[in-house]
Amino acid sequence: MNEHGPRVGFFTDTSVCIGCKACEVACKEWNGVPEDGLDFRATSYDNTGMLGANSWRHVAFVEQARPVPSGDGGGSGVRWLMSSDVCKHCTRAACLDVCPTGALFRSEFGTVVVQADVCNGCGYCVPACPFGVIDQRKDDGRAWKCTFCYDRLGAGLEPACAQACPTDSIQFGPLDELRARAARRVSRLQEQGTAEARLYGHDQGDGVGGAGAFFLLLDDPEVYGLPPDPVVTTRDLAGMWRAAAAAALSLAAGVAAVFAGSRR
Amino acid sequence: MVPDAEVRSYYDQPVLKAPVWRWPIPAYFFAGGLAGASATLALAARVAGNDRLARRALLNSAGAVLVSPVLLVEDLGRPGRFANMLRVLKPTSPMNTGAWLLAAMGPAAVGAAASELTGVARGPGRALECASGALGPLLATYTAVLVSDTAVPAWHEAGRELPFVFASGAAASAGAAAVLLTPGPEAAPARRLALFAALAELAGTRIMERRLGPEAGAPYGGGGRAARLSRWAAALTAGGAALMAAGRRRRTLEVAGAATLLAGAAVERFAVVQAGTESALEPRATVAPQRRRLSGAARPGARGQLGAGAQPGAGAQRGEETRPSPA
Repeated sequence: MNEHGPRVGFFTDTSVCIGCKACEVACKEWNGVPEDGLDFRATSYDNTGMLGANSWRHVAFVEQARPVPSGDGGGSGVRWLMSSDVCKHCTRAACLDVCPTGALFRSEFGTVVVQADVCNGCGYCVPACPFGVIDQRKDDGRAWKCTFCYDRLGAGLEPACAQACPTDSIQFGPLDELRARAARRVSRLQEQGTAEARLYGHDQGDGVGGAGAFFLLLDDPEVYGLPPDPVVTTRDLAGMWRAAAAAALSLAAGVAAVFAGSRR
Repeated sequence: MVPDAEVRSYYDQPVLKAPVWRWPIPAYFFAGGLAGASATLALAARVAGNDRLARRALLNSAGAVLVSPVLLVEDLGRPGRFANMLRVLKPTSPMNTGAWLLAAMGPAAVGAAASELTGVARGPGRALECASGALGPLLATYTAVLVSDTAVPAWHEAGRELPFVFASGAAASAGAAAVLLTPGPEAAPARRLALFAALAELAGTRIMERRLGPEAGAPYGGGGRAARLSRWAAALTAGGAALMAAGRRRRTLEVAGAATLLAGAAVERFAVVQAGTESALEPRATVAPQRRRLSGAARPGARGQLGAGAQPGAGAQRGEETRPSPA
């Protein structure tokens, strides 16, 4: 899609995530992201909660009670699902489409980045994102999200989160290579008996044209707080404008009609 | 089909981010609608030879269009960068389109009103009046596209109905505002506009809320804030219209009715914006329709709409990969 080399991506293989949050810390350190509150949420070991203006990586912790096979016939146990979430850098990015200033742009690496010196804080990207990633920084007024470490990419480095990940759960590379690797990984997991392993965001035919950051999950996406079938809202923009044009014409016709017979 | 009871989530947390827009945005939706429809009313009155009504409607339009940018700038995270809205021309962003629309509409309506008041440059003034009258209906309806062009179910799924709700609300506001400033028989067309548009607004809002269905339309049902605002809007609109109809020969009643009608149109915008916030914060509203789309089932209680079920083949194919698993 560009002359600067292949589009890059993240493949986050949650089957090997250990929930260490090194990605969250590395991201904050490198990008100078402000503190986002250190809350005890009383749900799990997750004290970040969700992605936002001040959390560009977020490790989700899902605790599931489920039958565990064992020697004496099995019993109930607990399964931990951990997943490091991040901006998806969509092929068809709603935030980028709706941004009225052009502050959001598609970089030469195929990533989606906010230019902080252009953003005027209109907030339109916030409800437009089908993943609920981008948000407004309250004390600053502008919209912030993962930049895919735009500065590091420019210097030939991998993003801070991927470099810090101790288990290679977060893999960085050319998107095509990552997709091929992910396909091999998911089929190997399934062969080994992990039937619930599935890829998320890898399909270029999905509602956002495929994500630049995609995942191997061990349960339904919504269990991790991800929308199961996200669609870029601007896919339907032409229909919305048609409806608005019809309404505008009706308004004009209605205004004209109330003068019928009153012309002097 | 996955029953709603089995809709899963991450600790009940929202999938989407709630809109960050504060009160100036719904206030602007009201002001922009009033400005747009008033400009069209002014033009129609002029063509019909009703200069007295044309003048009042033009003043209403100019007043509302002057307030609009103040409201918009007030809500920006970085108000000093308002002009960045106009550094690009970007058809994929309804907010950008609207900024340009307002940039054209503002000077046109204000220029036309200034010419009307001062008598200076009558020719160009009339030309600006025509321009603002033509742009008016777009200014009154584009804001519906603006909110629909988001991932928020209560907004996105109302993409077909919301422009009509906003257009009729704008027309009712323009008619009522003109009646407020124009006593006497010249206001008859504005009175008719206010009454018919109020009925259209009431009908359009009910149709929108019903078609949204139980998930996307959830904020409008029950006892939440959006539902209360929506009921207030309906009561004010209906009450205002009734007062206006009853007060045809009693100016006091008519003025009260017109003011009530204006309040109804304004509250309706606040209801729509509040519904968006509540809808975004409800994970089921986001997940359940998407999950059904993947399993190829039809939506219960609502018809497939702009955003839903456009690619059943692709959906079914993807559904195989992400088949719900019992947990």
